[in-house]
Amino acid sequence: MVQVADPLSVPENAPEHCPGTESEFAGKSEACAGCENQEICASNLPKLPDPSLPFIKDRMANVKRKILVLSGKGGVGKSTFTAQLGWAFAADEQIQTGIMDVDICGPSIPTILGIASEQVHSSSSGWSPVYVQDNLGVMSVGFMLPSARDAVMWRGPKKNGLISQFLKDVDWGDLDYLVIDTPPGTSDEHLSIVQFLKESGIDGAVLITTPQEVALQDVRREIDFCRKVGIRILGLVENMSGFVCPGCRTESQIFKPSTGGGKKLAEDMGIELLGSVPLDPRIGKSADYGVSFLDEYPDSPASIAYLDIIDRIKKILGDTA
Amino acid sequence: MASPETAVSRRLQSVKNIIIVLSGKGGVGKSSVSTQLALNLYKSSSTARVGILDVDLTGPSIPRMLGLDGHGVHQSSDGWVPVYADGAEARLACMSVGFLLKKKGDSVVWRGPKKNGMIRQFLSDVRWGDLDYLVIDTPPGTSDEHLSLLEHMAPVHSRLSSVIVTTPQAVALMDAMKCLSFTRAVNLPVLGLIENMSGYVCPCCGEISNVFSTGGGEEMARREGLKFLGSLPVDTDLVSLLDASDVKQGPDDSSEPSSTPEKPAESFELLGRYSETSSAKLFQNILERVATSLGELAARE
Repeated sequence: MVQVADPLSVPENAPEHCPGTESEFAGKSEACAGCENQEICASNLPKLPDPSLPFIKDRMANVKRKILVLSGKGGVGKSTFTAQLGWAFAADEQIQTGIMDVDICGPSIPTILGIASEQVHSSSSGWSPVYVQDNLGVMSVGFMLPSARDAVMWRGPKKNGLISQFLKDVDWGDLDYLVIDTPPGTSDEHLSIVQFLKESGIDGAVLITTPQEVALQDVRREIDFCRKVGIRILGLVENMSGFVCPGCRTESQIFKPSTGGGKKLAEDMGIELLGSVPLDPRIGKSADYGVSFLDEYPDSPASIAYLDIIDRIKKILGDTA
Repeated sequence: MASPETAVSRRLQSVKNIIIVLSGKGGVGKSSVSTQLALNLYKSSSTARVGILDVDLTGPSIPRMLGLDGHGVHQSSDGWVPVYADGAEARLACMSVGFLLKKKGDSVVWRGPKKNGMIRQFLSDVRWGDLDYLVIDTPPGTSDEHLSLLEHMAPVHSRLSSVIVTTPQAVALMDAMKCLSFTRAVNLPVLGLIENMSGYVCPCCGEISNVFSTGGGEEMARREGLKFLGSLPVDTDLVSLLDASDVKQGPDDSSEPSSTPEKPAESFELLGRYSETSSAKLFQNILERVATSLGELAARE
């Protein structure tokens, strides 16, 4: 018999073949021998929840919307999109926005938002986020490293611990939106964030892709992940679709949609294509310099595409007046 | 240095050089560089035997790039049989978690310990046979997969080396720097740095646009005392080749295995088509520098 563990019920310190704490084999399978939780699993006592969950729930009670930005593949523009989304929400002074960067090994958010040299301060009410502007707070492991050169060589449990702290110990205050930027893949960080926010609820995930099949393959896996763990998919954003040569104004495809691109993927998987953003070299430049692309180049077709997508997201969430 | 023999060291006894391809950031072209490195090493001599191991467990791209989507792995009495990209010639062996999935859209949702177990199996249970080079493609970051690799291969540490891939923009260089710090922390020799996606040539007017800026990698190499292996511009022919290889027919969205799973690659078509790309020519120089670095490394031992 094949035992497939519910990914959400495998604790972070579980052995390799943990059947999952909810399984009927919990505490009884071969893999359980030697696991420090074996006794707890084997006894039929009601399972105790993670002690940090009530604190996370308290903290997150003040956050109206929680949005995940996901993509299976790296380098497709998750962090850039997260930053634009944050800036766009925060353009309304009445809206309080937070950005949480759970890419522990490769935090790009501080650089993209132009706050790379800032540090986190702690007070009696917890860690204070770093503020880009009055209504846009940010938390990232990037603020905690002695130097940007330092590598964070952490295995899963340590990453999960920090993510839990980001959720329960950061003094976010009242937020209208919390946008969560994730690393590529479907592993510890993703499972943890979903687990930690299970009770508070995640409003939905925005998936990012680029047009080529190699990226779409990974997005299919991410969609499968969202469905497995029950996260609502708000829609798909296709980045880097088409490039307009500044010399001759001809549009060409750098990353050819050899299998129909984001559009076909969205149709096949029954999700919405929120929009396609053309590749504009100034997007990458803006990210390197930490300035808002939307503010700097409002006339770029990419800005227009971004804003349409963001409007659409608000509409899906039911946040447009 | 007498290290205790392990299942991994026994299995890798017959592998001469192990090159780990790293980058802090995702999407900078690790997999495409790994593929190209493997193809070029393969091409470098008619007897060279090359393996390529994909340890990007939650986002395996190597099967697609080598046109091996839909192939499966077989068990033999002597371990898992890798998939050979060159068919009957069997000089280019490939292993990836992608070969173990039932459907290509299935997600692999694994935490660290499970990933660690898979990597150990890849290193100890795959019947690589005699290899001149084993190229290992890694996921972004410096976490479980990387630590596990280094840990399991500790007994063969003297045969390990790495190549760092970056793109030219500051955000990627920052992660490449973290990656370099990682190699220093674990005492992993770096053969050099490759700058990928350095410029894009407009197919219409030939103007070069620095889509992701340019020169940052070379600058970083100089600053950090690394050998600069070369820069590769965005090559749309290569993107298409590695993206669409094996999709000869248009409409297929289902995940059925590619037409005839066990067909021998017709005289290794992918290599022929790769050799015609402009990247292949540029990679020649990179390969020469990699070879020099490997030589220097061996001399230092």
